[in-house]
Amino acid sequence: MSFDNAYESLLGHDDSHWAFGTGFSEALAGVNREFPAGVDTADLAAYCLMLGDDALIFSQRLSEWCSRAPELEEDIALANIALDLLGQARLLLSRAGEVLGKSEDELAYLRDEREFRNVHLAEIDCGPGPGGDFGTTIARLLVFSSWRLALFSRLRGSADPVLAAVAEKGLKELAYHRDHAAQWTVRLGDGTEESHRRMQAGLERVWPFVDELFATHAVEARLTGVAVDPASLRSEVDGVLDAVLSAAKLSRPADTRAARVAGMAGRDGVHTEAMGYLLAEMQHLHRSLPGAVW
Amino acid sequence: MTTALEVASAVRDPELPVLTLADLGVLRDVSEEDGRVVVTITPTYSGCPAIDEMGADLRRSLLAAGFSEVEVRLSLSPAWTTDWISAEGRSKLAAAGIAPPARIGPVAAGPVPLNLVPPSRQVACPQCGSPNTSEISRFGSTACKALRRCHACAEPFEHVKEI
Repeated sequence: MSFDNAYESLLGHDDSHWAFGTGFSEALAGVNREFPAGVDTADLAAYCLMLGDDALIFSQRLSEWCSRAPELEEDIALANIALDLLGQARLLLSRAGEVLGKSEDELAYLRDEREFRNVHLAEIDCGPGPGGDFGTTIARLLVFSSWRLALFSRLRGSADPVLAAVAEKGLKELAYHRDHAAQWTVRLGDGTEESHRRMQAGLERVWPFVDELFATHAVEARLTGVAVDPASLRSEVDGVLDAVLSAAKLSRPADTRAARVAGMAGRDGVHTEAMGYLLAEMQHLHRSLPGAVW
Repeated sequence: MTTALEVASAVRDPELPVLTLADLGVLRDVSEEDGRVVVTITPTYSGCPAIDEMGADLRRSLLAAGFSEVEVRLSLSPAWTTDWISAEGRSKLAAAGIAPPARIGPVAAGPVPLNLVPPSRQVACPQCGSPNTSEISRFGSTACKALRRCHACAEPFEHVKEI
């Protein structure tokens, strides 16, 4: 074997080991991908986008904390949680992409704001930038992971084999995320006067976005046996949140509801002001350099 | 001649190179279909970036061993659990200074119970063997590891956390 230059000798006969994401990038290669009988595949794609976008957008928000968290271990923890959610997003967007004829990257980077189906809780700006706070980020992580864990627990029984498999796998990850948020909530809520105040303020900031999590969308209502009706999760999630808040000596904020636009919110592609800025940062590289891969 | 299974079983994990993919329990199946080797692997975590590397390593090793065509497939269900790390794999981890996971059994159906107090599993220090250790961070250098410290020998160590 002879090589013309040093790089060739490094490459050997296969260059696929040069970067993550090359050579084996199809997220669902070999997974049972049959569509369940009688399911409307357009609805299934929309539902996969909902759950996938929740994970993708919240993952982007969490990764903003990398190098900005209060301590090194927390940088790593939030980045690990973001990575788990990004993995869930890849699988779910790939599933949607099978119906829509698009790749996961096209869905993540080339859709515009109105085409994203995530809940507002995933997109609002809780820091580390101006106006944000670590307490608010923990409050959001607590609510989001408690809700998604309850959802995935039921989604294990979905008639769609991909959704059931994603849920079975993601369930264990989300249990770690929820425990992490719950332990921080107790530490901060039952900590100093300052940490208590900021944790309570964090809850007040995210609470108006809780109601949307449990509102049944028409797509979810139509996908009987495939989707989970989020309204059915409310009492379980409330029980978990109450247990954490009580241990943390925090009070549950009054039930307020963020405004909708003509009855529509994130699931309909109607987003808050924060979403455009988030997408600009997340998508600009791919859009500036079309076809670029790592 | 070396079989495809033997070649695939010897490929090491890119992030825990003391283990083979077989020790780790992510190598689910190796078979031959129409003259092509089909290898099925499962990710440890949904977002594990090493999964692409594993696929590339398997393909490279099998091609180098003389198999002309290799396909790597991904399996999501049943979901990987640390219970699939072999007894040999657990010994290799401990020998490398990484505490192996405890056995946890299957995940129950129904709601997942909330743990406000971290589980008080005893994790022995892989350096000195003392059971007097505590968790520094649930999340470590890779998705699958937590960071702990030993109060007897004062050394920090990694622990493959149960999932």
